[in-house]
Amino acid sequence: MLNTNNILETINMVEKEHFDVRTITMGLSLFGCIRATAKETATAVYDLVCKRAQKLVETGEKLSIQYGVPIVNKRVSVTPASLICANFPGEELLVAKALDNAGKAVGVDFLGGYSALVHKQMTAFERSFINSIPEVLATTDILCSSVNIGSTRAGINMDAVALMGKIIKQTAGLTADRDGFGCAKLVTFCNAVEDNPFMAGAFHGVGEGDAVISVGVSGPGVVHNALKHHPDADLTEVAEIIKKTAFKITRVGQLIADKASEALGVSKGIVDLSLAPTPLIGDSVGHILEEIGLGQVGTHGTIACLALLNDAVKKGGIMASSRVGGLSGAFIPVSEDAGMIDAVSSGCLNYEKLEAMTSVCSVGIDMVAVPGDTSAETISAMIADEAAIGMVNNKTTAVRVIPVPNKTVGDVVHFGGLLGSAPIIAVNKSSSAKLIGRGGRIPAPIHGNKN
Amino acid sequence: MKAILTVIGQDKPGIIAGVSTFLAQHNVNIEDISQTILQDKFTMIMMVNVANCDVEFGTLVAQSEQLGKQIGVAISIRHEDIFNAMHTI
Repeated sequence: MLNTNNILETINMVEKEHFDVRTITMGLSLFGCIRATAKETATAVYDLVCKRAQKLVETGEKLSIQYGVPIVNKRVSVTPASLICANFPGEELLVAKALDNAGKAVGVDFLGGYSALVHKQMTAFERSFINSIPEVLATTDILCSSVNIGSTRAGINMDAVALMGKIIKQTAGLTADRDGFGCAKLVTFCNAVEDNPFMAGAFHGVGEGDAVISVGVSGPGVVHNALKHHPDADLTEVAEIIKKTAFKITRVGQLIADKASEALGVSKGIVDLSLAPTPLIGDSVGHILEEIGLGQVGTHGTIACLALLNDAVKKGGIMASSRVGGLSGAFIPVSEDAGMIDAVSSGCLNYEKLEAMTSVCSVGIDMVAVPGDTSAETISAMIADEAAIGMVNNKTTAVRVIPVPNKTVGDVVHFGGLLGSAPIIAVNKSSSAKLIGRGGRIPAPIHGNKN
Repeated sequence: MKAILTVIGQDKPGIIAGVSTFLAQHNVNIEDISQTILQDKFTMIMMVNVANCDVEFGTLVAQSEQLGKQIGVAISIRHEDIFNAMHTI
């Protein structure tokens, strides 16, 4: 029989330390839905999602009961929709609505993949598609969007970066009645991954098959609690404790992924072993860093702690699953993490430190609320900086900022649910407009030319 | 299918009787049982076989939680694979 302590440890993780499987995400290829017109394509897309994902939510709920682990979200990701809409620029909204309605019909929490991959250049249909994003996000509920504007192989498409600054501003404007909420559903990536199960950046990559099940785990509370029991451990031991905990968390992710694939008759995708926080107390990545030894996250030593955490999470997770993928690291979304929210509120954590943190963890400037009067060029420049970190370091980086209309530093914006609330953070006031106005492409770094 | 049932709470007469009667009523076989006092709390762990259980697993979970409330202890029941996955390589 299993060891008593092990059994109780598992039960404690779930019942006291907020351990959960954050998401089961079904990736679906939409290539078979391409038709000559927007209307026909929208119908085909709706039918396919409804058919393939019909039992996803029910299966997730059954597994959750069977294994006694909450499965917080069930989601669908699809082929980047820009590719499906290539035949009818200007009519993308029809497909967007079909995706949103299909997601709601099957009962998933989010549907991701209203996405475009323009890391080198943009075609005319992709430009049209990106221009549709603000209206789409303002008029749909669960559809999420992402745009890849750079990669280590291609460099950074600064024309797309310039466009995305404007798109983010427009999205905030069109959802001003909800504090710019549309921007919480929009991610701008460098080195986007094709198998990410987390929102808002999930899409089903073009290299993937017809349908696949991927799982994203969570568990900052579990890691935090494990460290609490070892207040005097040196940092080598701290890394070891995190590794062991990440192993256990990821094993559950793999189990759920296997069982969900079996039950749904869909091929096995990846397990993303990211530590994804929630706004709940006891489920914060910021608090893990403070447990390691920071007075408050944001102070000197933050990057060192985060680098250790991120690496140990990966090492433990890699051992636990043969199919690790996605983003797999520690997330630091400000609004979704109680420790990060407190640190921004107290002034200990500023934008510049946050930016530095993203160079050693996944995934980027995430769920950061900035003043509503931040210019499109400044937002583009924030994207360019993050993309440069990702491009040069051969890692995924992203920007999900919300320029909250009519609010400024000192105000707090509440998004609710998993998205939490965020104090508005100060941004640099000096202009970046000339840089963004230049356009063109930042060439790929020398180490991008590996062959 | 095998599952692990745990009972945690204040020790008092009738806990084992209550839980095992409930399991017997649903045709769930107890294959192994251990109990101990951990940090002043009564802790019982049962390995049970639910292959011939007369209700869906979800119903058994809900009813066992209800029973726990009645006798003032925390009862949970989970498929054994989650423990195996987490604690064995």
